[in-house]
Amino acid sequence: MRLSGRKVMNGSAEGEALVSSEGISFYGGVDPATGNVVEKGHPLEGQSVKGKILVFPAGKGSTVGSYALYDMKKRGNAPAAIVNREIETIVAVGAIISEIPCVDKIEIEKLKTGQRVRVEADSGVVEIVE
Amino acid sequence: MDLAKEEQEMLSGRHGNAVRSSMNLLVSLGEIFGAKRLIDISSVQIAGVSYHNLGEAGLDYLSDLAKDGKVKVLTTLNPAGMDMENWKALGIPEDFAEKQIRVIEAFRKMGVVTTCTCTPYFVGNSPPSGSHVAWSESSAVCYANSVLGLKTNREGGPSALASALTGKTPEFGMHLDANRQAKVVIDVEAAMKTIPDFGALGHVIGNRIGNKVPLIRGVKKASVEQLKSFCASIATYGGTALFHMYGITPGKTAVPEEKISVSREDIDNARAEMTDGKDPDFIAIGCPHLSLKEVGEVAELLRGKHVKKEMWICMARPVMKDAEKRGWIKDIEESGAKIACDTCMVVAPIKGRFNVLATDSAKGCFYGRGKNDFKTIILSIPELIEEATK
Repeated sequence: MRLSGRKVMNGSAEGEALVSSEGISFYGGVDPATGNVVEKGHPLEGQSVKGKILVFPAGKGSTVGSYALYDMKKRGNAPAAIVNREIETIVAVGAIISEIPCVDKIEIEKLKTGQRVRVEADSGVVEIVE
Repeated sequence: MDLAKEEQEMLSGRHGNAVRSSMNLLVSLGEIFGAKRLIDISSVQIAGVSYHNLGEAGLDYLSDLAKDGKVKVLTTLNPAGMDMENWKALGIPEDFAEKQIRVIEAFRKMGVVTTCTCTPYFVGNSPPSGSHVAWSESSAVCYANSVLGLKTNREGGPSALASALTGKTPEFGMHLDANRQAKVVIDVEAAMKTIPDFGALGHVIGNRIGNKVPLIRGVKKASVEQLKSFCASIATYGGTALFHMYGITPGKTAVPEEKISVSREDIDNARAEMTDGKDPDFIAIGCPHLSLKEVGEVAELLRGKHVKKEMWICMARPVMKDAEKRGWIKDIEESGAKIACDTCMVVAPIKGRFNVLATDSAKGCFYGRGKNDFKTIILSIPELIEEATK
């Protein structure tokens, strides 16, 4: 299945999808030293975003989250790509300065955790490989 | 987006690497958020200054841009993680101080005015009404749009810096007059007197309407200091970038249909919600940073008294220098209270050092809890000084 959206940051990546029904705050919500989601009560609490195709509705929280994504990328703990329903500025800036492939305007309900997914950000396409 | 010839050259790398990557960020954001063009800006306020928030990667990012980047417009900084001169007295560890100094040096190399404050409008960063600017710091953004009549989106650290290095911002959101119209009327049915009242009002409105632009009616009078505190609160609890306050702020708006009223009970409930502690072991004033007038009031109240708890009085360094000439800093320091310039109780790395924070700031209560796990108490400045000296 192919889902079509919009490029936020170019590049491509393939990996395992990790899907959250709730927004993610990269400042305080994810530990950059491990890539684990640490926000109390978050649906992904305790899971690692490292190397995943990270799927969530939109970013939230402090604007410092852009630097936190950059920090994760430098430490090798960033997601391989980001897929959003509707991008906001914190994740957009974070993805652009960290060069993490990113698309939005995707029907994220169609994606499930554990699926193998390919992101072609330049053409805004997310493909479920299996 | 339609780019002018010079802007295309900036994007192509002809003006250096810092300009190229900054332009790339601004053009990408402009395309995502539907801007048709870039516009010139008059000034910048940069967030992401505390090493506590930036980390090593953030410091690398700034150092890379500082290799060939120079700011094109007046640019000031948000508070840092410590007082840049008096950090030892505030109990800041040496290794943190060393990293924080490197952050400030990177900004200085780019030509930034390294005054670290959340109230840039008190230290000369205050362009004429109607100017487009690129500011971060949510309370300053709200004050700029609402009180000063400037036009800015809520920028984050990297986008504000990109605007400083290019003198440009993409034209969307708050830069367009159509988006500056009120969407909801707030009728305030309680008399607003103290700073905690205004903080509570921001708490109530922010929680009810999120980031919609409100037209607030029923506030008879509001001082600069009360507006500053209100901006910090409504931006913290609601994400508000702009409000109109009838008879007080300079913006023009049609009157929207949707109406919400705020009662005395709502204000009292919000104040009660922000008070979940007792017996404070840390008292902090100056979120946002104090005006010169407020420093004078604090000095007057502390003169000849003895402070028995850890107490921080937070302000911008130029405001401190001015207060010093009037003898007010001596009054404050002789009481045992500590002056904290360049920083505040929200951004300094003080988690674990205290249990209960008492402050006059609704924003300070939010971050004291969320970031530092403190219990909080909201009181007026005279009440706080009574608490500190009893």
